[in-house]
Amino acid sequence: MKILVPVKRVVDYNVKIRVKSDETGVELANVKMSINPFDEIALEEAVRLKEAGTASEIIAVSIGPDKAQEQLRTALAMGADRAILVSTDKAIDLGGVEPLAVAKTLKSIAEKEGVDLIIMGKQSIDDDSNQTGQMLGALLDWPQGTFASELKLDGGKASVTREIDGGLETVSLTLPAIVTTDLRLNEPRYVKLPDIMKAKKKPLETLSEDDTGVSFAPRLEVVKVSTPPARSGGIKVDSVDALLDKLKNEAKVI
Amino acid sequence: MSILIIAEHDNTSLKPATLSTISAAKAIGGDIDILVAGAGVDAVATQCAAIDGITKILTVDSADLSHPLAEALTPVIVKAADGYTHILAPATSFGKNTLPRVAALLDVQQISDITKVIDDDTFERPVYAGNAIATVKSSDAVKVITVRGSAFDAASAEGGSASVSALDGAEGLGVQDKASFVSQELSVSDRPELTSASVVVSGGRGVGSAENFAIIEALADKLGGAVGASRAAVDAGYVPNDYQVGQTGKIVAPDLYIAVGISGAIQHLAGMKDSKVIVAINSDEDAPIFQVADYGLVMDLFEAVPQLTEKV
Repeated sequence: MKILVPVKRVVDYNVKIRVKSDETGVELANVKMSINPFDEIALEEAVRLKEAGTASEIIAVSIGPDKAQEQLRTALAMGADRAILVSTDKAIDLGGVEPLAVAKTLKSIAEKEGVDLIIMGKQSIDDDSNQTGQMLGALLDWPQGTFASELKLDGGKASVTREIDGGLETVSLTLPAIVTTDLRLNEPRYVKLPDIMKAKKKPLETLSEDDTGVSFAPRLEVVKVSTPPARSGGIKVDSVDALLDKLKNEAKVI
Repeated sequence: MSILIIAEHDNTSLKPATLSTISAAKAIGGDIDILVAGAGVDAVATQCAAIDGITKILTVDSADLSHPLAEALTPVIVKAADGYTHILAPATSFGKNTLPRVAALLDVQQISDITKVIDDDTFERPVYAGNAIATVKSSDAVKVITVRGSAFDAASAEGGSASVSALDGAEGLGVQDKASFVSQELSVSDRPELTSASVVVSGGRGVGSAENFAIIEALADKLGGAVGASRAAVDAGYVPNDYQVGQTGKIVAPDLYIAVGISGAIQHLAGMKDSKVIVAINSDEDAPIFQVADYGLVMDLFEAVPQLTEKV
């Protein structure tokens, strides 16, 4: 079984982002970049399937700047066998390559590579759209198990437990299928130094937008990006009685 | 303009998030119709017809739609979407799961999780865990949109008299054999729904155990509120996943949010910082949660919460 794992280069989740002063976007210069955390969970799940003998090959793919090679090398160090970078100068967080274009690109790669399973993050932590996996499912006419907290493969079926608003739901999917990861699917491993060294020798192929036959022209114009109104920190109270007094008489919420 | 809203329901009753989606549609303007697709949906259709300001209810009633699987619903919604300028659904796990499939088949770049309508093609949506707000203008012929419930008031569920009719040509569209429902484990609670409650009491890692969460629940019950949790508390197994408030959990904006034993990671703040009044109770006076709290109480939660429950 071949598994495709898309990975996105995003601002590291610990970074407190800053909106550019001209309100055209978010400052990305000299900011720590990482693999989108949900994609890291997707990679871990794929690697575990390979270790269990279920998967034969893991292909990591990223759409982004040449520097996204760093994230693909990390994916290779985690256990992907080879990587594909679709290189673009366009922004990948806002106002550039959008989920629909990403889904179309991934479709062309999935078909060319003949993969049986795509595991990917449920959303990227930059534009927070939560669309790409579902769009890819529709374009390929494959079933989807989104927001997965458990994945079991048995024969030609995938059993996926999903985190939904009311609790948990389990669906059965006929492969080929798409699984998008939620936080509790697994805990990604730390990459070890020898694996980083080995990853340098693994193949990394670079494609251009033209090679994919998909237009990256955005459909949404980003009119502006602004900083949300800051919540001013309030006051400290020194007792439960003082708190109750404030809630009743000042805030009037109880 | 003509707007189609995808109703979220459980074949018995309409989910409140749909009412907030209707308010967003009213802000866009134009005729508003509702699609109710499911199995045995008469009661839901009747409920929808009574909502103020709706023109038409379209129903698709089929055993193939007894569970809201995206694979089955998508062709139905695509069929229903014909002729509309806007397709809206709540940004709940239901809407998030289904609507991007619809958008892809319509070749539309969806606009997720809008928090404000500027005009009929321009919307605000939070990005980067709510640390930035993007104003985006769509050039697609049809706008496909999910709506953040906490950002819009619920439309009035009464006073309307919309017509109800079955959607023509929808027979068999929900038939598919690629995905099937197996089971679900839903949290059963008499408390209000987390995303629409006017009071939310949330516990974090500081609560320490599943048993200790009883003091959080007791306070919530006294206030008639819902119980939430930080990711840390869910990961530690104190409470089920559907309690999680945050960037990737539920987004809430109650009148009163009480954060107990929660440090205040960016990802948690993204889920509750639009609450009207925020109270933080934490023994660590340097916890970041105090920077967004209107009222902070530096105190051991095991002392403070029972006292509060007793005195409130």
